[in-house]
Amino acid sequence: MILPYALLFFLGCLTLAFALNLWRLFSAPTLTDRVVVLDTMTINAIALVVLYGIWAGTGLYLEVAVLFALTSFVGTVAYCKFLLRGNIIE
Amino acid sequence: MRRLFPHPYLSLTLIVMWFLLVNQWKLGSLVMAIILATIIPLATSAWWPDRPRVKRPFALAAYAILVLWDVIVANFQVARIVLFMPRDRIRSAWITVPLDLTSPEAISLLAGTITMTPGTLTSDMSACGRALLVHALHAPDPDAVRDQIKARYEARLKRIFE
Amino acid sequence: MTPALDMALDLFLSSILVGGGIFALVGSYGLLRLPRPMQRLHAPTKATTIGVGAALLVSALDLLGQGQVSWQELLITVFLLLTAPVSALFLAKTLILRGEADPDIPDSGTGKPWATLAPERHDS
Repeated sequence: MILPYALLFFLGCLTLAFALNLWRLFSAPTLTDRVVVLDTMTINAIALVVLYGIWAGTGLYLEVAVLFALTSFVGTVAYCKFLLRGNIIE
Repeated sequence: MRRLFPHPYLSLTLIVMWFLLVNQWKLGSLVMAIILATIIPLATSAWWPDRPRVKRPFALAAYAILVLWDVIVANFQVARIVLFMPRDRIRSAWITVPLDLTSPEAISLLAGTITMTPGTLTSDMSACGRALLVHALHAPDPDAVRDQIKARYEARLKRIFE
Repeated sequence: MTPALDMALDLFLSSILVGGGIFALVGSYGLLRLPRPMQRLHAPTKATTIGVGAALLVSALDLLGQGQVSWQELLITVFLLLTAPVSALFLAKTLILRGEADPDIPDSGTGKPWATLAPERHDS
């Protein structure tokens, strides 16, 4: 069965993607770029959790992914509102 | 009934969402779902006074399938530009899309569609809500992109909502 | 399940995973490679979404192959499809307001300025 190898390939791609993201996080020319990188990293993290769930063979990790999908977006919007307005809750 | 459930579709969506979150069929979950479906629309109705009117729900389902297909195509196009196009040959452009739609739900749906599909990103809206500012990753001919957005997505949304 | 069908499902799921992995990588590579801030917004919103989508599709089909029906993949897909445009819009507005976007923004053609740049702002 080749599914475990495909899973490993995806995990390898994600690791490389995280490394590229971190590089960009440190070398980003503007502040907004860093928020874009954080947004990308959270989406990659959701993929990582889902993949680990397939690897472990249970559906339990999906709950983590659901919570992450729900809350990660709030973080991006909060950062943007802070940059747009200077405060988050008005 | 109308006072208790200002947005019946929102209430139904919340019940379905709650069951998807819980991921099992139990009577207790149904009670919790109904409580949430009553409280959340009541608490948020001040910010959402009008009921959205969907004239053709089946056309909306067909639209969703069209958009999903376009999302997949969009990914291949963007990946090709990112990987293979030389940096100085990527011609990005700002595009102004004047809107014929008036209902806020239809406009936000159109903005979401533009962001998810081929090489375009909704960036801003005019202060009066009659035009969208769209950024295109690679558009040698910005007018063609504008016409495609209007013909492919806006015309369908207009038929669905207005 | 018959062995042939099992094999076909295995191959199908593996090819989806390989494709999804490449797309996830392309999204992050685009962040590094594209030269302008507005262009960099395009890569993560699209390429990474399909990477997660592939992982979710495989997760759903894999659990289905084991005889469990899981609806949470659908829920995550819906959340991501709904939230990706909103965060992209906020990021674009931030770029425009901070003057980091390409400066040649056209006129709105309606007689009113763009909401982010208007003196009396409507972006909250």
